[in-house]
Amino acid sequence: MSLQDTKPLIGRVEEVGGIVSLSDYESGGGYTAAQKAVQHMTPVEVIDLVREANLRGRGGAGFPTGVKWGFAKGEPQTPGYKYLVCNGDEMEPGTFKDRYLIEFNPHSLIEGMILGAYAIGAEKAYVFLRGEYHEPNRQLARAIAEASEKNYLGNSIFGSDFNLDLRIHLSGGRYICGEETALLNALEGKRGQPRYKPPFPPASGAWGRPTIVNNVETLCNVPAIVRNGAQWYQDLGLTEDSGTKIYGISGRVNKPGLWELPMGTPIRELVDIHAGGMCNGFKLRGILPGGASTDYLVEEHFDLPMDYKTIQDAGSRMGTGTMILMDDSICPVDMARNLQHFFAQESCGFCTPCREGLPWVEQLLADIENGDGETGDLELLEQSALYIGAPGNTFCLHATGAIEPLQSALKYFREDFEYHIKHKRCPYREN
Amino acid sequence: MATIYIDGTAYQANAGENLLEAILSQHLDLPYFCWHPSMGSIGACRQCAIITYANEEDTRGRLGMACMTSVADGMRLSVQAPLAKNFRSTVIEWLMENHPHDCPVCEEGGECHLQDMTVMTGHSMRRYRGTKRTWKNQNLGPFIGHEMNRCITCYRCVRFYDEYAGGTDLAAFGSRGRMYFGRFEDGTLESEFAGNLVEVCPTGVFTDKPFAKSYSRKWDLQSAPSVCVGCAVGCNVFPAERYGELKRVTNRYHGELNGYFLCDRGRFGSHFVNHEKRIKHAGVRTQNGEFEFGDLKNAITVAGATLARGGIGIGSPRASFENNFALRELVGEENFCAGVDDTELAIIKTALDVMSRGGINVPTLKQVEEADAILILGEDISNTAARVALSVRQAVRTKSFEMAADANIPTWQDAGVRGHAQSERNALFIATPASTRLDDIATQTTSGSISELVATGEAIWTKLRTQSDDADDFASVVARVLRGAKAPLIISGSSLDSVELVQTAANIGSALQEQSVESFFLFIPAEVNSVGVALLDGGLSLSSALDKIAQGQSTIVLENDLYVRASAEKVDRALRSSELVVLDTLENRTAEHAKVIFPAATYAEQTGTFVNYESRAQRFYQVFQPQNEIMAGWSWLNQLAEVLKISTRWDSYADLLEQCAEQTYPQLRDIAPSSDYRIDATSRIPRQSHRYSGRTAMNAQVNIHEPKAAIDTDTPFSYSMEGQNPGNQNGASIPYVWSPGWNSNQSVFKFQQEVAGKLAGGDPGLRLLEPNGAKLEYFSIGAPTKSREAGSFELVPVHLVFGSDEMSNKSWPIRARIPALFVLLSQADAEALNIEQGNGVRIEGISESFAIRVDSRLPDGVLGVPRALVELTHYENRRVRLSVDPNFVERPGIDPEVIAKG
Repeated sequence: MSLQDTKPLIGRVEEVGGIVSLSDYESGGGYTAAQKAVQHMTPVEVIDLVREANLRGRGGAGFPTGVKWGFAKGEPQTPGYKYLVCNGDEMEPGTFKDRYLIEFNPHSLIEGMILGAYAIGAEKAYVFLRGEYHEPNRQLARAIAEASEKNYLGNSIFGSDFNLDLRIHLSGGRYICGEETALLNALEGKRGQPRYKPPFPPASGAWGRPTIVNNVETLCNVPAIVRNGAQWYQDLGLTEDSGTKIYGISGRVNKPGLWELPMGTPIRELVDIHAGGMCNGFKLRGILPGGASTDYLVEEHFDLPMDYKTIQDAGSRMGTGTMILMDDSICPVDMARNLQHFFAQESCGFCTPCREGLPWVEQLLADIENGDGETGDLELLEQSALYIGAPGNTFCLHATGAIEPLQSALKYFREDFEYHIKHKRCPYREN
Repeated sequence: MATIYIDGTAYQANAGENLLEAILSQHLDLPYFCWHPSMGSIGACRQCAIITYANEEDTRGRLGMACMTSVADGMRLSVQAPLAKNFRSTVIEWLMENHPHDCPVCEEGGECHLQDMTVMTGHSMRRYRGTKRTWKNQNLGPFIGHEMNRCITCYRCVRFYDEYAGGTDLAAFGSRGRMYFGRFEDGTLESEFAGNLVEVCPTGVFTDKPFAKSYSRKWDLQSAPSVCVGCAVGCNVFPAERYGELKRVTNRYHGELNGYFLCDRGRFGSHFVNHEKRIKHAGVRTQNGEFEFGDLKNAITVAGATLARGGIGIGSPRASFENNFALRELVGEENFCAGVDDTELAIIKTALDVMSRGGINVPTLKQVEEADAILILGEDISNTAARVALSVRQAVRTKSFEMAADANIPTWQDAGVRGHAQSERNALFIATPASTRLDDIATQTTSGSISELVATGEAIWTKLRTQSDDADDFASVVARVLRGAKAPLIISGSSLDSVELVQTAANIGSALQEQSVESFFLFIPAEVNSVGVALLDGGLSLSSALDKIAQGQSTIVLENDLYVRASAEKVDRALRSSELVVLDTLENRTAEHAKVIFPAATYAEQTGTFVNYESRAQRFYQVFQPQNEIMAGWSWLNQLAEVLKISTRWDSYADLLEQCAEQTYPQLRDIAPSSDYRIDATSRIPRQSHRYSGRTAMNAQVNIHEPKAAIDTDTPFSYSMEGQNPGNQNGASIPYVWSPGWNSNQSVFKFQQEVAGKLAGGDPGLRLLEPNGAKLEYFSIGAPTKSREAGSFELVPVHLVFGSDEMSNKSWPIRARIPALFVLLSQADAEALNIEQGNGVRIEGISESFAIRVDSRLPDGVLGVPRALVELTHYENRRVRLSVDPNFVERPGIDPEVIAKG
């Protein structure tokens, strides 16, 4: 029984006790999945296996990976016509899981990308990496060099006619470039602003060619699925979602960090056991479950299991599964203002509601927080939230995500907002 | 066709278009900003929100953007639903957070699309409490004003400038609420299409700078349908006037020609109308050599006496068809000369011969945009007919639409189409002496001296005929691609002074025709009425005419400066030997020799017809009545006919047109409505807007009584605000575009049958030449003479969009763009002379020095010299010698006159 049997993502990291080198990776069974697939499976079999395992996208949307790969299957018109792109931009506030995976287990990502590229028929793959991820960049570049030397990458991989050229693209550094189509624009050297869908990337992506964009964590799951089978993977999850998830917690807990746990681990277990509970004197008031762009969860939700469907049914999204905790010392108005400042700043500037609406929202929140709020401001905020946030009102989902924590804050912490306006001051501030 | 239900009413819509287009095509109102009929949708502004319903039972619907939704049969939608209206009003509220409240001092005020949309959505109360974002503006050169504070970030400017027009020096900078649209640093916008930013920008960020210097509100301008005089394309324009001054020129939509866009020569090249050197009075030269003005009758009498013994009449390619016709009537066909250089006339006639035989189609610009393979032979169209180059730029994109269709991306989804197709383009082959501004989209280019280009053309022709085109040389590739194309287009023109070049271009077209390939032939003449005057030509060449004049025959010159037609030596010799009557608009070297001078109206001050490159005759109407003694050329000619006792007379424009149509082309009667055309049987069409102000007071400093409005007997227009401009009248009679709620140029859709389609009353103009079906014989072209010769250079003319056109060169904004004298040299030749870019050379026989510009494509031994900046003589002797000018100091191109004005 190896740690990898229950922790396919970072079990080997824990076994090794640090960065997994190529030899560590190989001795833990690394690259056997790629070899098995390339030598003994057809691309369609790989896709079917991933679909059967019910692997869902770990970037936040939870789209079934096998289904996505299926969109791009089929013979390429010319060799190297398709692209596989790994989204390693990870700029979601409070999220640091992909950084950990790339830095500590880079070969699992490379093997995942070999499998993904083989499945969809791509001969060129990119890792679009967050610009600030210097150490992961170093580790990944080293791992790519090692893998190339061993011919896990390059031409005629495992003696087959499958070739793969894998490259790192370091992002110029904008949150929106984590949106897959903005990412593709940035990769092409264009302005990092999203594209209209359709066409979706599997039909017309990077340089107008069929392209699959997968999150780091998603791809890191694939080698274990190929090695151990779909059933094994499904059985890892506690609820109807399969596999494990890297959950993370930041906030005033005793042990902030991240843990690979079965999909569907309850929130309270994450906070109280894995994160060691709240720090003394602080009470948990709300949780942004999957990054800054998700709706708050509050007390009534804390016993829910963290999986895609349950959290969605509760009115939020599991997102990246890395939670930001708000305790009772934090002013919800100020936190909302802070979040909106981030989202307004990170708007690409393409569409009106996001570009002009979010700064106004930020300004209203700043006024309220600073004691300059006026009667009617909450209604204005609500109307703004409605018009900015409804999917389809804006060009992409950046503003929709931005509004999620705001509208849930207005719902769950309304008395705080009202107090600020009525008393013209923030009760969380001294004096 | 599809049926869609808008707010419960059924309408027909084109499958494949988007809902915004469908709604506007029904002439319904729906606010928008970023969508443009020629540029498609990007979904940035979110202004055209509507509600779509899944089915008849769906009452809630879903908010979406009309511009990003394809028409589907049976679709139900609402423009008026409260949620959609509130959202649209909120979008304006967002845009208004930072938009300054400077409408009263903004050049766009009164014709601002943002103003219109703001009023349309009903947003009026400001709730935003913050300060407004401010920017530093840039100096973008003499044409375009920049006021970034007004920007609403619709992205139209960069989409037009970069993606549509191929510019590289305007970009979107920054992100979030700090988007900046400008250049990397201050400086003149390089593209010759920059002026369109004025019309593309939905508010006052990019404005017409020369207009701003002598400004009037749109509602105070008087205008009429007209035709650009900048080149032979015949783009439709609205010149606009107030206080007797031509204030500006804007685009007049023509579905088959210019569409929504003009080039900057056209937009900014008309200020010669206001030039201080306008000839304003009829004058007779006295003993002391000065003109005596003030005695009109005497001038007519003297001119009559001068011409009484039978005179030569020299017409002009910049004068109207009717004016040339009137001159021909006055002097008789045998004495009428077209006023064009012999070679140029021969070139035009060759092209007209090809066009009238048929088999090879002459494309409209819309058809140019549908061509799937293009060969440009010789002509630098970005400089000689810039609007054509803009269409060629669109033509190479048709491939992207096919690729997009295969990927189920609708044509209007602009970013999707461009992203999908990337740099895939249709074939464009360019064979010119030097590099051109279309080289960036060319499949392959080749360079050569003129005779070498002719040889290239002949090689293509030979390969086509023998079908031996499987090699990889330029000619084989071109032949192969043209032969395999569905609508190949060959473009050539007269600018290199080579008959053979046009003949070989026609040969290529004929060879394609022989192989049953439906091909197109676009010949680019030099000037606005080059084709018209060539059609009137009776055979007296300019050189023969000059010879006769030199022998003492008296002469009348109509709107022509002979010094731009023939070498100074020849013209001097002729004009010194005879008595000369000149009718022209501006003082020039020819007029200096005149015994009698008459002030002629410019195109903006008279009514007439120009014939464009496709032989399309188009009427242009008098925009305003000229001041002083200025009159239309035909009117002066009529008075001369009277004193000369010539039986045919034309007392009115209608009279003249009738005679002209009867004796030349009957179609001339039908190209535009006659003077008795009325809207609803009673109303004239007003030249002035319904809000025209100051009528009772604008002459009060002269006379406190309101002058009686002039009666226009020549046209269906009135010199007043009374009348109707309904939008569905004859397409040639739209004096300006304006519609209730739509004060800006965006109102043009109310004048169209459907968005970006034909004008409701038809696109203006008729072709005078219809193919007669006669088989075109191949032109036989002699073996090219060897052009290279050690020690000297072969001179080829270089044409400049700003600098090579006689009249626009006299427009002060254009003058500011005319470069200092330069010559093009190849890199190797520059190295051989041991000089580099910025050094100067002298050309044997010319006193001025020339700056060196190294051209990457120019062949060795060839020297490019800008047309119209040096004496024509030098082009006649094609071989020149160069010497280095060690004392050369590079001068800026701007001339002092302009600096004084600006």
